[in-house]
Amino acid sequence: MGSGASTHHHFAFQNAEKAFKAAALIQRWYRRYMARLEMRRQCTWSIFQSMEYAGQQDQVKLHDFFSYLVDHFTPSSHSERDFLNRMFTEERIPRDSEVEKCSDYESIEVPDNYTGPRLSFPLLPDHATALVEAFRLKQQLHARYVLNLLHETRKHLVQLPNINRVSTCYSEEITVCGDLHGQLDDLIFIFYKNGLPSPERAYVFNGDFVDRGKDSVEILMVLFAFMLVYPKEFHLNRGNHEDHMVNLRYGFTKEVMQKYKMHGKKILQRLQDVFCWLPLATLVDEKVLILHGGVSDTTDLELLSKLERHKIVSTLRCKTRKENEKQAEEKGKAKQTSSAGSLSPWFLPQSRSLPSSPLHLSSHKTHKAGRSSSVPCSTPLDPRGLSRQARRSVDLELERCRQQAGFPVITEKEEPWVFNPEADSAAGELLEASQEEWRQVLTVFSASNYYAVGSNRGAYVKLGPALAPHIVQYQANKATHMLTMRQRISRVEESALRALRGKLFAHSSDLLEEFKKHDNGNTGSITLSDWAAAVESVLHLGLPWRMLRPQLVSSSTDNMLEYKSWLEDLAKEQLSHENIQSSLLETLYRNRSNLETIFRIIDSDHSGFISLDEFRQTWKLFSSHMKMDITDDGICDLARSIDFNKDGHIDINEFLEAVRLVEQSCSEGDAADCPQATNTKGSGSWAATEDSLVSVTQVAS
Amino acid sequence: REIGTIIRSLGCCPNEGELHDLIAEVEEEEPTGYIRFEKFLPVMTNILVEKRYRPIPEEILLQAFEVLDPTKRGYLSKEELIKYMTEEGEPFSQEEMEEMLSAAIGPESNFIHYRDYITMMVIDEN
Repeated sequence: MGSGASTHHHFAFQNAEKAFKAAALIQRWYRRYMARLEMRRQCTWSIFQSMEYAGQQDQVKLHDFFSYLVDHFTPSSHSERDFLNRMFTEERIPRDSEVEKCSDYESIEVPDNYTGPRLSFPLLPDHATALVEAFRLKQQLHARYVLNLLHETRKHLVQLPNINRVSTCYSEEITVCGDLHGQLDDLIFIFYKNGLPSPERAYVFNGDFVDRGKDSVEILMVLFAFMLVYPKEFHLNRGNHEDHMVNLRYGFTKEVMQKYKMHGKKILQRLQDVFCWLPLATLVDEKVLILHGGVSDTTDLELLSKLERHKIVSTLRCKTRKENEKQAEEKGKAKQTSSAGSLSPWFLPQSRSLPSSPLHLSSHKTHKAGRSSSVPCSTPLDPRGLSRQARRSVDLELERCRQQAGFPVITEKEEPWVFNPEADSAAGELLEASQEEWRQVLTVFSASNYYAVGSNRGAYVKLGPALAPHIVQYQANKATHMLTMRQRISRVEESALRALRGKLFAHSSDLLEEFKKHDNGNTGSITLSDWAAAVESVLHLGLPWRMLRPQLVSSSTDNMLEYKSWLEDLAKEQLSHENIQSSLLETLYRNRSNLETIFRIIDSDHSGFISLDEFRQTWKLFSSHMKMDITDDGICDLARSIDFNKDGHIDINEFLEAVRLVEQSCSEGDAADCPQATNTKGSGSWAATEDSLVSVTQVAS
Repeated sequence: REIGTIIRSLGCCPNEGELHDLIAEVEEEEPTGYIRFEKFLPVMTNILVEKRYRPIPEEILLQAFEVLDPTKRGYLSKEELIKYMTEEGEPFSQEEMEEMLSAAIGPESNFIHYRDYITMMVIDEN
């Protein structure tokens, strides 16, 4: 009996021990798996961020190009002069002709068969709500109502000061939202989750409503509508994307022209004006500043409130020489120096004609260096807010902030919310008030899935009693909830890698040169470390190339890579049109965004076409400035080959399509173009299944 | 906490206890919550050279599941998996459990066919 029992116990004990060990093993394995997943996620994120940053630098280059033209280029012929004038002249509507504006929309007839939403003024809350609903059902607002709304919006905005001062006496809570970038789903989600605006529920939207996403128009309509309905509770700040020059590049202009073929141009003109009149910042209870683009140690509220904000048309436009001279004259006459308030772009770092603005409101992410985020200011203000990044950067920010007399700020940077798997997406994360609440900066970004579906969450901040911030994160895409983290990360990773491969291709020639330098014996192979070093020295993205190497280099033996064949493979993957010579394509592709912007500027009537001649001229100027090695013949051939219908005009979109690399169209999140991508490879079908996400799983089989 | 991620993605597979010991080894005298690279590098190099904390081969993993499934049905029920993972070994947090479940089984199903599960995860790794 005894021995039987003890044997039984013995076995039981052994079994229990085995089970324990087995469980421990599984857990150990699983945790490692998750760690690797996390690493991939972070790599992917770095890729997107560094590429976005590089894109912004690109824009700076474009601006330099324009400055260069303005200062150095002497047109040698009438056509060149006209051309230049067209590039730089603003068509501004004379401000005083209100009459003209009124008749603008009144003359537009709405057809009887129009089933979309209708607006009548003065707007009532129900109208605004109905508008949201209509857009949710994918209806489009008729141009007449658009213009009408813009007209009323402008009337309202003109009365507002540069800095909206808001008090929490009236509304109990204030919700602050960040960049939306044309993502209507996110806006609808916020209203759904947080509630529609009302006298008890105030909202502040901190700029960057448009560009990139596909529903920028609709977002603007909704935001403007609510602003008119609840002027005391609903506030908008201008962002750097509320700027027609930026819109040319990042897709808003295109969206408007596509949705409103007949009246698009007029709408864009009105919008230009409306954007100028958007207030710059919102101040809550004199304690919290909400401002797009962040602050620096020289941000000065007093100066900010004195600016003639409507004169700042664009951050990218530079003045023609005539204007420069005129201003020099005027300055000589005027005694006062409201220098920053004159017709001047905001943040030109090396602008010659302007006194340097004390406002360093940077639209570029300060991605690497720390930004001093607090401000000595004339009005005594308690600093507030919190950095929303990972804990460590919170601490770093706080350190910096702590050192200076502070400023409460909720700013808006380009950095999307870090995808934080630990934070419950439904609940808010109440940030610790135990740390020094004063002198803090919080960055809010409200466009979820910004880089790719599943890349990140969006968030908004509620300022409750005592203005304590309460953050809510979300992801406005039902399908992502159904994916596991693994699937989400794979998907986003695919997207990032695709974009990265495209970029590598775009620098093929430079890469080849660099590789050759490492290849002393001319063997055709280099070590993988050399590969990593070379790639970084060409692309300057600061990415962990060695970690990414397995995804980018498929074949390497003995730690050596045959670089020529690698580059060829890259090219093969990427090219969709063999008739355009590869190296030329590479150059064009590298400068695609800038080219597109230039084209759209030239195409001042937004017809979508430019003449061959204009194309040639543009290219000539651009390539000489960028010191590119392209012959004039090469350009002519290219132009002619792109002139698909041989009528002497180039369809801008066709051209861009030709230059656009096959998979790039999908990774840019340019949803309108995605389905048109001609490639039929696996990753192309990834895009096509975006809409039917639910059943797709990324499991390799 | 990030140290664990780094070590694991370098190919090592320590368990939680081993990880804690490691962290203790590289931490500052007064724990600030941060690890200095200079201190970390030699320790990590050693680990890699000695090939400590090797990853678990697929077969061993399979055997582990089979231990938990003594009647060799080929699957574990959701409840069983939860019980083992949260009560035995170095227990999962609730989030870890949820994440594992979401990857392992569909929303309607209640059973984890572990052989398939392992295969799927391993492919994904590579």
